[in-house]
Amino acid sequence: MRTTFLLNGSEITADTSPTTTLLDWLRERPGLTGTKEGCNEGDCGACSVMVTDASGARALNACILFMPQLEGKAIRTVEGIAAPDGTLHPVQQAMIEHHGSQCGFCTPGFITTMATAHLNGETDHDTALAGNLCRCTGYAPIIRAAKAAETAPVPDHVNDTPLLLTENTTGEAPTEPGAEPPTMPEALATWMSENPGGTLIAGATDVGLWVTKDFRDLGPVAFLNRIPALSGVEVGVEEIRIGAATTLTDLHGVMAEHHPAFAELIRRYGSVQVRNAATIGGNVANGSPIGDGSPALIALGATLHLRSVDGVREMPIEDFFIDYGKQDRAENEFVEAITIPRQNDHLRCYKLSKRFDQDISAVCGCFWIEVEDGEVREVRLAFGGMAGTPKRALRAEAALRGMPWTDATVASAMQAMTRDFTPMSDMRASSQYRMEAAQNMLLRAWLEDQGQATNVLEVRA
Amino acid sequence: MTVAKPLPHDAAHLHVTGAARYVDDTPAPAGTLHLAFGISDVARGQITAMDLEAVRAAEGVVAVLVADDLPFANDVSPSAHDEPLLSDGSVHYLGQPLFLIVARSHLAARHAARLGKVEIAEDDPILTIDQALAAGTRFEDGPRIYARGDAAAAMGGAEHRLTGSFQIGGQEHFYLEGQAALALPGEDGDMHVISSTQHPTEIQHKVADALGVPMHAVRCETRRMGGGFGGKESQGNALAVACAVAARLTGAPCKMRYDRDDDMVITGKRHDFRINYDVGFDDAGRITALDVRQYVRCGWAMDLSLPVADRAMLHADNAYWLPDVRIESHRLRTNTQSATAFRGFGGPQGMLGMERIVDHVAGHLGLDPLAVRFANFYQGGLSAPRADGAPPEDFLKTGKTYQTTPYGQEVDDFIGDALVAQLRESADYDARRAAVAEWNAANPVLKKGIALTPVKFGISFTLTHLNQAGALVHVYADGSIHLNHGGTEMGQGLFQKVAQVAASRFGVPLEMVKITATDTAKVPNTSATAASSGSDLNGMAVKAACDTIRDRMAEHLAQLHQVRPDEVIFADGRVRAGAEEYSFADVAEMTYMARISLSATGFYKTPDIKWDRIKGQGRPFFYFAYGAAVTEVVIDTLTGENWILRADILHDAGASLNPALDIGQIEGGYVQGAGWLTTEELVWDDAGRLRTHAPSTYKIPACADRPDVFNVALWDGENRADTIYKSKAVGEPPLMLGISAFLALSDAAAACGPHYPDLQAPATAEAVLRAVHTARGDV
Repeated sequence: MRTTFLLNGSEITADTSPTTTLLDWLRERPGLTGTKEGCNEGDCGACSVMVTDASGARALNACILFMPQLEGKAIRTVEGIAAPDGTLHPVQQAMIEHHGSQCGFCTPGFITTMATAHLNGETDHDTALAGNLCRCTGYAPIIRAAKAAETAPVPDHVNDTPLLLTENTTGEAPTEPGAEPPTMPEALATWMSENPGGTLIAGATDVGLWVTKDFRDLGPVAFLNRIPALSGVEVGVEEIRIGAATTLTDLHGVMAEHHPAFAELIRRYGSVQVRNAATIGGNVANGSPIGDGSPALIALGATLHLRSVDGVREMPIEDFFIDYGKQDRAENEFVEAITIPRQNDHLRCYKLSKRFDQDISAVCGCFWIEVEDGEVREVRLAFGGMAGTPKRALRAEAALRGMPWTDATVASAMQAMTRDFTPMSDMRASSQYRMEAAQNMLLRAWLEDQGQATNVLEVRA
Repeated sequence: MTVAKPLPHDAAHLHVTGAARYVDDTPAPAGTLHLAFGISDVARGQITAMDLEAVRAAEGVVAVLVADDLPFANDVSPSAHDEPLLSDGSVHYLGQPLFLIVARSHLAARHAARLGKVEIAEDDPILTIDQALAAGTRFEDGPRIYARGDAAAAMGGAEHRLTGSFQIGGQEHFYLEGQAALALPGEDGDMHVISSTQHPTEIQHKVADALGVPMHAVRCETRRMGGGFGGKESQGNALAVACAVAARLTGAPCKMRYDRDDDMVITGKRHDFRINYDVGFDDAGRITALDVRQYVRCGWAMDLSLPVADRAMLHADNAYWLPDVRIESHRLRTNTQSATAFRGFGGPQGMLGMERIVDHVAGHLGLDPLAVRFANFYQGGLSAPRADGAPPEDFLKTGKTYQTTPYGQEVDDFIGDALVAQLRESADYDARRAAVAEWNAANPVLKKGIALTPVKFGISFTLTHLNQAGALVHVYADGSIHLNHGGTEMGQGLFQKVAQVAASRFGVPLEMVKITATDTAKVPNTSATAASSGSDLNGMAVKAACDTIRDRMAEHLAQLHQVRPDEVIFADGRVRAGAEEYSFADVAEMTYMARISLSATGFYKTPDIKWDRIKGQGRPFFYFAYGAAVTEVVIDTLTGENWILRADILHDAGASLNPALDIGQIEGGYVQGAGWLTTEELVWDDAGRLRTHAPSTYKIPACADRPDVFNVALWDGENRADTIYKSKAVGEPPLMLGISAFLALSDAAAACGPHYPDLQAPATAEAVLRAVHTARGDV
C-alpha cells in the first residue's frame, strides 16, 4: 500500500503492508533510529513523533501508527526537530541545560512531545508529558526544561504544512487493484458488506496492539482517516452529535464546555499521544468493560447510531453492550455517531486506577444525579470495571430515585449496589475493593454536595 | 578544575537530537539475522515433546535451536551454573526460554516464537513464600543468621514488645531500552559482541564458555545502555550468548532484542520480601532487642540472590544502634522469574523493614516517629552537636570506641543525626507535622501524612574481590586524550564524572578528553558497574593512569628545564615548568619526540575492607553514604487514592564530582523508590503467569507523580574515606529516600483511627484503603 507524506520537511512515498507501523518503517527504511521502541504498545512514548494535519500538530506514538494513517500528513521525528543547520530547538537546548536526559533513551520521545506542546503554546506540562515515561530523572529536570523553553519563539522549520492543504487532494491514495478505499460513510457500509471479517482502523490505539503484540491477521482493512464525514462534533439545539472517528482530544474540547466532568475524565484517558489517535467510536465499539468513554456516555443518556447497507439503526448506548466481548452490532454494521441530548449538566465522573495518568481504570463510575427540592429526580449510575460490560447499577438507582438526597438514602443505595454487581479480581484490583470503591464513589458524590473536600488532586502541600 | 563543576551529561547533545546510538541503533551488516526465544507457558514441569515444525516452516526462519544444538556450555548463570540458556528438559518458570529462533527479521522471529507446540508434564508450581517454606525449596542449606548479643534474653527484659509481619513487593526495572545484543563473528573463531550490559566482562566470559573458546577470542563492547538499574548486570547474558552461538552456527551477524512483554516475562526483578519481627523497646522508643526474619523470594535460579539477601541483612539496622539483635534470612526458591540485582541490591528491603519497625514502635508509644529515630541513631562518628548543645565529638580524635553495626563494622563516619537535624529545620518538619494534624482535624474524607526517614547505605561490593578497577589512557601527540575504563554508562553520568577526573589530572579542558565505549579488549577483568561503585573505582583507576602519564611528562620537562618534577604545573590547558610555559599539546608532542610512552593503564583496589559472609563479621564497606527525605502526602479514605505533595531531600554525596549529575541521581532515585512502594505492583496469577507484563498494567511513576514541591540539596561535607576527590557514591542510596513516601502514607492512614495501620508495600490505593480500615479497627 502506498502512502505519501512529508518526512522532516521532504515529501516521500512509502510502499508498505497496511499494518507496517511508522516506527518499524522509520528505523528500518530511512534508518532514522532516533525514534525508539520502548514498549511497542503506545504506553511509554519513546516513539513519539510530531504529526501535522489540517487540524494542526499533534504528538503520536509511532509504534501503533500504521503507515496508511499518515496519508497526506507531515511527520517530524527527533532528527527533524533541530534546524537544518543544526541549531538546536529551544526544548533541546533547555533539556541539555537543565539536565533533562540521563540514559537518553526516552529523550527523543520527550523532545518531540515537548516540541509539539511548545508549538501549540501548551504549558500544562504534566498533562502534555503524561504519555512519556522516564525511568531515570524523576521528571523534575524535564519539567524545568519545558518551563524554561516556554517563551522561546517557535522555530520556523517545525511549522509543517501537510500535503493535503497544499495539494487539495481528496485524501485518496493509490491502492491495491480492486480495493478502492471508501471515502464516505455510505461507501464504508458497502465496503463492510463486501468485506465480511474486515477491520476498520481509526486511531489504531487498540488495533495496533492486535498487530504488534498478538500478530493477528486483520483481514481486509479500511482506514477511517479517509472518511472525513465520520469525524467531528456538531453542537445542535437538541443534541450534540459526535462522529465515531472523533478523537478523544477533539471530544475533550467540546466536553470541557458542556460536561466538564467528562472532560476531566478524558484528560486522564490514556495520554496526549493516545487521545490524539484514539476515537470515541472505537472506544465504544470495542465493547471493553474498562473503557472510560462508555460509562460517561451511558450516564449522559447517549444514543448510538449504527450504519450498514440496510440503513441506520439507533439504540440507547447501554443496550449496545450485551455481554463480555459481545455487542449488538451486526457484522456489516459500524458505529457512525453518538448523540448526547443537550441538557443542564448533572454529570460526575470518577476514575480509579493505580496511577492517575495514563492508566486503565480499575473502576470508572459516571453518575447523572439530578436533585430537585432535595429529592433525586433522575439518576443514572454507570460503571466500568464492575461487570463484563459497561453497566448501570439499576438497583442502586432504584434506591435513589424519588428519594431524599441524604446520607441515609445514599447508604441504602450503596447497600443495593452489592446486588447490582459481582466484580472480578485481577491485577488491577480485587473484587472486594472494586465493590467498596464503587459504593464509595456514590458516597463521594453526596459528600461533594455537602461541601467536603474529596479530591486528592486538588490538595497542595 | 573540571571536577566539581555541574556539567551536563557527556552525551546530552546526542540524546536530544536522537543521535545517541544504542545497541539496536548500531548499523548492522547486511545479512544480519534476528533472534527470539520460544518460551514456556507453564511454570513448572518436564518437557515431554517439542514439535517445532511450524516454527521451522514459518516465513523468514533460518534456524531453530534447542538445548541439544548448543555446542558447548548451556549456561547463562552469573553464579551457580544453574541457569541454562535453553531448557534442558525441566521447566522452572512461566517465561523460561525453551528454543531459539534465528530469522531474517525481528518480526519474523517473534512471529515464529509463538508457533512451537511444546508438551509439558506439569507439576504444581511453588510460587509463594509460604509454598516455598512448606516445600523446603531454598538456596543454601538453611537460613543465614547474623547476630550480636542475646536478642531473646533482651526481649524478655524489654519494657515493651511488638511483633509484626510486613510484605514488600518486588519491582520491575523498566529500563526504557529493553535487553539487546549484537554478535559479529570474526575470523579464526573470534566473536565481537555489542551488548546493553552493566557487566561486559561477564558477557565475554559466558560467550567464551558457550563457544568453547578462551576469553581472548571474545570482545564485548558497551557504549551506553538505555537504563540499567541492576537489570542489566546479569540479565543480558542470555541474549549475548544466544547471538554468539547463532552467529557461530550461521556465520552471520546476529542481533536479539526483547519485545517489552518478553523482557518483563523472561527477566528477573527486585526480590520481594516478607519481614517478620519481634522488637523490644523502652518508653522513649529506644530499641533494646530486635529479632528479624527476612523471607526472600529468589525465583528459580540462584543468580545474585545470595549477595542480595546478604545486603538486606546488612541494612537491617539502617541508621540505628541495636545492642541485641538477631537477623535471620531465608533464600527461597520459587517457580518465578529469577529475581536479580536492582538498585540497592537488597539494601532497600532491609532498610524499609527497619524503618517500618521504628514506625510501628512510634505508633505504639504515640510518639513522633522522628523522636524514636533520634533515640536510636548511632552515636559518635562525625555526628551533630549533642542534644545538650555540646560540640560534635569525633571519636577518632577522642579515642573512644565507635558503635558497631550488627555485623561488627565500626560506624566511624556517621552523620545521620546531623543531616536529619538539618533537614528537619530546612524542611520545617515540626511546624508542618503540626499543620498536617490540624488539617486532618478539619478534613474527614482526605487525610494528610508526613514522614522523615534517613538512609545509611554501605558502599563496596560485599564480594571483596570485586572491589577493583582498571583504566587505559592514551595521550596522542596532538594532546588529545583517549579515555577508557571498566565502568559502563547507563545514564548515571559515570563517563562524564570520570572524564572530569581525567581533565582535572591533566589540567586540560574537558573537550580534550574523548570518552570511549567500555571494551573488554582495552580493560580486562572488570567488575559489573554496580553497587554504586562506578565513579569510586573507575575514577581512582583513571586518576592512577593519568598521573602515570603526567608524571612522565613532568619528569621530562623537569630534566629539560632543571626544575623539580613537582614544580611542573598542569592547569588551564597549559603546562608550566619554572619560567617556561607550554600548551598541553606542545608538551605531548615534546614527550613523544623524546620517545616517552604517552599511554598508561591504571589500577585501583579499595583498601581496608574484609568480610566473612558466613560468620557475618567484618568490615564489608569502605564507608557509608547518608541521606534523608521528608515526604508529605494526602490520601482519600474512600478509595485509598493518594498523592505525593512535597518532598524535601538532603543527601550526602561527599565532595561531589558533579553536583548536577548527583542531584539527577537523587531526584530520579527518590521517584523510582517512591514508585516501588506505591503504584508499582507485580501480580502473578495462581498458574505463575505474570499479569503485569507491560506498561499498560505495570505502572511506574508518570510525570505528574513526582512531588509537586521537590526540594533537593546536597550535604556540605566531604568523604572521610580517601575516595576520588573525597566524593561519595550516589547511584543507589537515593532510591531509599522513597521510603519516606511510604511511611508518610502510613502516617496518613494512622490519622484515621487508633490502631497501627499495618500498611503493606506497595501502597497501592487498595493497600492504603486496607490500612485505613486497619487503623479504624474495621474487621
